[in-house]
Amino acid sequence: MKDKMSEILNSIPKMEENLKAIRDVLLTNLVMLGEIPSPTFHEQPRMNFLVNRFNQYNLINCSTDEIGNGLGILPGKTGEKNILLVAHMDSEYAEKTDHTISIQPNSVTGPGVADNALGLAVIASLPYILEKLGIELNSNLVLMGSARSLGAGNLEGIRFFLDNTDINISTGLSVEGVRLGRLSNSAVGMARCEVHYWVPEGYDWTQFGAVSSIVTVNEFINRILEIPTPNRPSTNIVFSSISSGRGFSKVSTEAELKFEIQSESEEMVEQLLQQINNIAIEIASKTASRVVVKELSRRKPGGIDFSHPLVTNARRIMEVMDIKPRITPSMSELSAFIDAGIPALTIGISSFETIEKSAESVKIDPMYKGIAQLISLLIAIDKGYCDEY
Amino acid sequence: MNIDNWIRENTFHHSAFEDLGKLVEEKEKQNLKISLCIPTLNEEKTIGKEIVLFNSELMTRFPLLDEIAVIDSGSKDKTLEVAGSFGADTYLASDILPHLDNKKGKGENLWKAIYQLDGDIIVYIDADIKNIHPRFVYGLLAPLIYNKKTKYVKAFYDRPLAFSEGIRPSGGGRVTEILIRPLFSLFFPELSAIIQPLSGEYAAKREVLEKLSFPIGYGVETAHLLDIYREYGMEAFAQTDLDQRVHRNQETISLGKMAFGILQTFLHRMKSYGMMTDIPELSTILRQFQAHDDVFESIEQEIIEEERPPMITVPEYLKKRGNK
Repeated sequence: MKDKMSEILNSIPKMEENLKAIRDVLLTNLVMLGEIPSPTFHEQPRMNFLVNRFNQYNLINCSTDEIGNGLGILPGKTGEKNILLVAHMDSEYAEKTDHTISIQPNSVTGPGVADNALGLAVIASLPYILEKLGIELNSNLVLMGSARSLGAGNLEGIRFFLDNTDINISTGLSVEGVRLGRLSNSAVGMARCEVHYWVPEGYDWTQFGAVSSIVTVNEFINRILEIPTPNRPSTNIVFSSISSGRGFSKVSTEAELKFEIQSESEEMVEQLLQQINNIAIEIASKTASRVVVKELSRRKPGGIDFSHPLVTNARRIMEVMDIKPRITPSMSELSAFIDAGIPALTIGISSFETIEKSAESVKIDPMYKGIAQLISLLIAIDKGYCDEY
Repeated sequence: MNIDNWIRENTFHHSAFEDLGKLVEEKEKQNLKISLCIPTLNEEKTIGKEIVLFNSELMTRFPLLDEIAVIDSGSKDKTLEVAGSFGADTYLASDILPHLDNKKGKGENLWKAIYQLDGDIIVYIDADIKNIHPRFVYGLLAPLIYNKKTKYVKAFYDRPLAFSEGIRPSGGGRVTEILIRPLFSLFFPELSAIIQPLSGEYAAKREVLEKLSFPIGYGVETAHLLDIYREYGMEAFAQTDLDQRVHRNQETISLGKMAFGILQTFLHRMKSYGMMTDIPELSTILRQFQAHDDVFESIEQEIIEEERPPMITVPEYLKKRGNK
């Protein structure tokens, strides 16, 4: 029996080679998008640039919505299906960070280039790339820069779109700048929380339990670490950030801790959250401090099976391209697709050299592979090879 | 000419020229050829981005530029290699008109660009701009393309919003406000309307550039303004606000050298215009001081503002251009 994917797989090396001609357009979009500061809830300037690009490429329905997503549709020949490609527009860097990006022959460096200016640049460049490669799909391509994705944004942009659009999305692809080889077909359950302790001014420091809010929060962390987390369902508690204190001579009276509960089981997330809540209150009462536990966001576990044709074909494409798949659960836009019951994957475009504070660096050469992988997968989706029977 | 009127009619913001399709259409209607020259010396960190952005936005997507050339003064780093890898035409200044004695300075590169490049308009952009954007080019070209009377367009910049220590806005820079604007106000009051006379970004028509003599060092921008003003008046000028320009700050001691070079150029011009006749032979030695504990030590540096003659007087140029 003839392998229907073979035509796509055989065309990959030539496509990869041809993609080198689009380097400057892609890098320009990467620089111009990436140099526009775009912290969560303040994505509008970056969105304006994106929608302007969509307009210049004559996409239809170039628009924004009340959440601030940026959208454009590249119409297909028949328009029978609608494939949604999304990259989040927000970044972790504050507006006042110097967003200058530099380009060297092999790499692009600057704040947020990997997460996720590169993913967004691919979305912005895709109409141009497809035109240059002479590829016309039957399906409509819905291109989207999603707002309010990270942290407290809690995927609000993509969720809003999927909840409110009239377009029937058949498949979703979430595009991340790094890493090439990333393949996420499932999302773990997650609860993201912030705990705030206030120790009262004039506290009797000789009392049992605490000498400052730092000690209080330290006790809280120690108690969480005592909670046994199961291997099955795979469960983890991640301490993400902590802040307290104002210098050497003052006793700290406030402390804030951010953490995330991750588990394959929704029930386990709920159970741990309850436990941690109880610990927080118990420590507050013992130390006469005040505590607020705020749940910032919650995601359900789920996804498509590893044997789903979308996953197997993505893996075949990677195999042909010598890309080692890194199968990891996702916290990104994929969760929103899962909640909406839409088969979807998250894939990465390039590799990175270093990711430090304000100095993300993505390599240029692997980008051709990353984009060839994306376009090959798009063609496979378009031809119906990734549909579940 | 009333300065306020001139400013109102000849000062633009780059956003007025964002419609690149329209700009290219007008360029093609006039059958213009446009060259971009980037003079460089050890700019490997910033040159790549400039070439990529200009190539993609102003050649591939909108064919506003016909050539992008990097003219280098002999960088010790990989400036030319990086620029070449991103598709720019790269030249070593000393390889252009090689029979001439070798001079090193930004003005030398700008002058040789007139010989080497083919454009009816040449736009000059420095290579050390961290926040480079296509507006730096189209913002300067548009007034030349849309208005036939305009011959020379200068950039000026608003202040950066917030950047880390060591970076400053070049708009209203120290040398401009302490030296140039007072000098212009004294001797050429109309020229004080040029908001940033020392900005390194400008575009000009070849018919003007080829008639200018070029100081090879610090005085090149000042000389251009004085000579064009004298020949054509304020009507020849326009200026465009390019918003922000982020580059490395210069130490005060370096600005002293710049001021010394510019002042030489200015005084030489005053003499040649017959506006100051009794100027003695000018010293070319700048004396600055540094202190070690309680001991003050003088540092002497020779700064000679040599000039290249108008390109139109160079026989090789006339031959290359077919005596146009």
